[in-house]
Amino acid sequence: MQNAAPPAETQTGSSRQFISFTIGDEEYGVDIMAIREIKGWTATTELPNTPEYMRGVINLRGAIVPIFDLRARFSGGRTQASPRHVIIVVSVHDRVIGILVDAVADIITITTADIQPVPELDHHVHSGFLTGLVTVDGRMVALLDLHQLFDSELIADATAAA
Amino acid sequence: MTDDQGYDLSQFKATYFEECAELLATAEETIARLQEGQGTDEDLNAVFRCVHSIKGGAGAFAFDDLVHFAHVFETALDHLRSGRAELTPHVADLMVRGNDILGDFVRAAQAETALPADHGADILAQLSALTGAKPTMAAPAPTASAMATTPTPPAFSTFRIRFVPSPDMLRTGNDPLLMLRELAGLGELEVVVDTGKLPSLTEMDALASYLSWTCTLTTGKGRAAIDEVFEFVAGDTAQIDIEELNDLPGDEEGDGWGLFAPLPSANASQDEEGDGWGLFGDAPGNNAAAASSVTTPVAKAHAVSTQQASPSQGGAVHTASIRVDLDKIDRLVNMVGELVITQAMLGQQASGFTVESHPELIQGLQELSHHTRELQESVMAIRAQPVKALFSKAPRLVRDLSSKLNKQARLVMSGENTEVDKTVIEQLSDPLTHLIRNALDHGLETPEERMAVGKPAEGTIHLAAEHRSGRIFIEIQDDGRGIDRQRVLAKAMEKGLVEPGQQLTDEQIDMLIFAPGFSTASEVSDVSGRGVGMDVVRKNIQDVGGRVVVQSTPGAGSRFILSLPLTLAVMDGMLIQVGGQRYVLPLTNIVESLRPSPQQARSLVDVGNVLTIRGEYINLLALHAIFGIPGAITDPTKGLVVIVETEGGERVGLLVDELLGQQQVVIKSLDSNFRPIHGISAATILGDGRVALILDVSALRQMGAVANAAQ
Repeated sequence: MQNAAPPAETQTGSSRQFISFTIGDEEYGVDIMAIREIKGWTATTELPNTPEYMRGVINLRGAIVPIFDLRARFSGGRTQASPRHVIIVVSVHDRVIGILVDAVADIITITTADIQPVPELDHHVHSGFLTGLVTVDGRMVALLDLHQLFDSELIADATAAA
Repeated sequence: MTDDQGYDLSQFKATYFEECAELLATAEETIARLQEGQGTDEDLNAVFRCVHSIKGGAGAFAFDDLVHFAHVFETALDHLRSGRAELTPHVADLMVRGNDILGDFVRAAQAETALPADHGADILAQLSALTGAKPTMAAPAPTASAMATTPTPPAFSTFRIRFVPSPDMLRTGNDPLLMLRELAGLGELEVVVDTGKLPSLTEMDALASYLSWTCTLTTGKGRAAIDEVFEFVAGDTAQIDIEELNDLPGDEEGDGWGLFAPLPSANASQDEEGDGWGLFGDAPGNNAAAASSVTTPVAKAHAVSTQQASPSQGGAVHTASIRVDLDKIDRLVNMVGELVITQAMLGQQASGFTVESHPELIQGLQELSHHTRELQESVMAIRAQPVKALFSKAPRLVRDLSSKLNKQARLVMSGENTEVDKTVIEQLSDPLTHLIRNALDHGLETPEERMAVGKPAEGTIHLAAEHRSGRIFIEIQDDGRGIDRQRVLAKAMEKGLVEPGQQLTDEQIDMLIFAPGFSTASEVSDVSGRGVGMDVVRKNIQDVGGRVVVQSTPGAGSRFILSLPLTLAVMDGMLIQVGGQRYVLPLTNIVESLRPSPQQARSLVDVGNVLTIRGEYINLLALHAIFGIPGAITDPTKGLVVIVETEGGERVGLLVDELLGQQQVVIKSLDSNFRPIHGISAATILGDGRVALILDVSALRQMGAVANAAQ
């Protein structure tokens, strides 16, 4: 799997960079190498008969890009999207997708040694989506594994629909 | 190898192997005709040319094994066409196998592997026996006999054309520029302008012609084509002198590699070269020949096709063609798509302006729209190919399989020249093979069984292609036993595809054969019946936006109808509004639209809503209900009903809020970044930059049926 080996350049000196963003009070991090761009929220075209967290598609310079609501994905209900909300466009498994979050917080550089394992029995996030936890300036940042998060659901939904 | 000299031959090799694939296919097709006894001498010539061209190229790349085999094969063919050997059914079979071995050698050369030294030795021996020669293992010189049989070199001539318009030419509605452009289209053109008669600016009459031109044109199309350009102005309106220059440069085509299809004989109009100047409109026949050569689509340029390449016909078919990487064309297609979107966007921005307030803007936009459409059609035409490439494999398949299965089958094909996008053709190859196999294996009975029910012992498989309402339809029809519905249903229940007690119509039972994992063959054969068949067929076809329908009559045969879009890139659509959402309905699906009266729209228990239209009852589907769209009009008498036709030809009414207008849309896949959505075939980008979804009418009908059943 690609996700098992993050791009080599971010790993040199066992230091990696993440973009951190917030959903409500919680802070998450995504590997900076997966990120294509960050843009403000724009209205989407909704897709019929899709799960709540699927917000629809947008036109990103000629490409049709699906937008996922990460809050809804984590069972926190749909985000009341406003122009102040942010779409992080990421590249996962050769697909370009957008994830809707509240705000981008920071760029964080961490050494791999600082990443702590996720405790079992996390109450509302399926722990398979998280690769680890780090503490940055006293804040806890949960590192997301986008491959896990979207790969599993794209495949699961596709088979369910077929 | 020649690579030692430092040249990069890989590109030429790639071209050569592409050529080989085409040549082998053509040869196979032609041999099949010969085998059926329908072939002519010209077919033998065609096969000979194919083999010869393969040999020529192989010689250039020093593929010695290939050259050797091709040479023996070619010699045998030469004996056949000159009547020194007789074309018996055995010899025809030998040719089929010879062509296969030749293909093996080509593929081995391409893969840069070596075949066993004795590969095809038996065939080689038999071919040699045909010519009365002993098989030799030494590679003969490929060129000597090759050059002797090369068809007449292409006729390129250089003309000097003096073009002096009369001062009144523009007033007669003729524009010299258009003529010069047309000349440039005929070949390589150099134009020298004579401005000697140009008066000073103050004396100039804007409507008079002062310029004259001397053009040097190198063309393979001949004198007649040039005459045609000036047909309407020669004489009174302009003075035209055409002179043929005879100091031609050597023809570049005669490189003797045989890489390119041999060009047919010299341009018939060459005979006129001694006739002097200024003869116009005297040769309708030549004009017609030239005209036909101009309209010959470039896509057909591998003109080894037997009808065209006949050297005995004097028709001047010079098809200049180039090979272009498909990626480059795809890029062009994408750019045209973006252009269509931009044009829609401009149109929307300008919708507030009227012709009175901004005449130039409106006119310009109309022209832009016109040109965009033309550009798009031209680009699509580049990708279009006749389905012949697809059908040509069928005769072989039917022949091989019918002997393997002890069945007698005749293949009838029609519409082979129907053109369709290359991607569609590629995607169709496997499904079509499978359907033909299926027809032979499951459809047709054995000769004994057929005789017993009073049918001719020989079964017929009909393969047809045609264009209909913006799509291509391909039909595979057999006159066999038809689908055994009892068995299909029993099997489906056994596999749990159907609940016991479920009532299915005949049509629904027939469609069960496309269910994943369904196969009625009690024993697995190597012909069909691996159980991965029909559902893969359906999936492949759906992947290119197509659909497959089966119609079957027990005892009389089955008919599989594939319907596919002509192109995968652009289509005409009707923009509709439902609630806050806009959707695109493919224009080809739409029959009409109406606002029903309360008497017309009725709600029935069991079926849901129905609509009476001219005495006929049709299903009424509410898009807002199927897609769960809030805020839409729910009362049919307040909204609009669009009558649409599904692939199966069934009509249903689709309730929408309103129609927003017709426009061309560029098809964008949803699953490149997401996954397919049921009821949606693709997405597109509207003029305002927003995404709109393209509705899949047939899927909607199914969803509507499910929704009604659930009520």
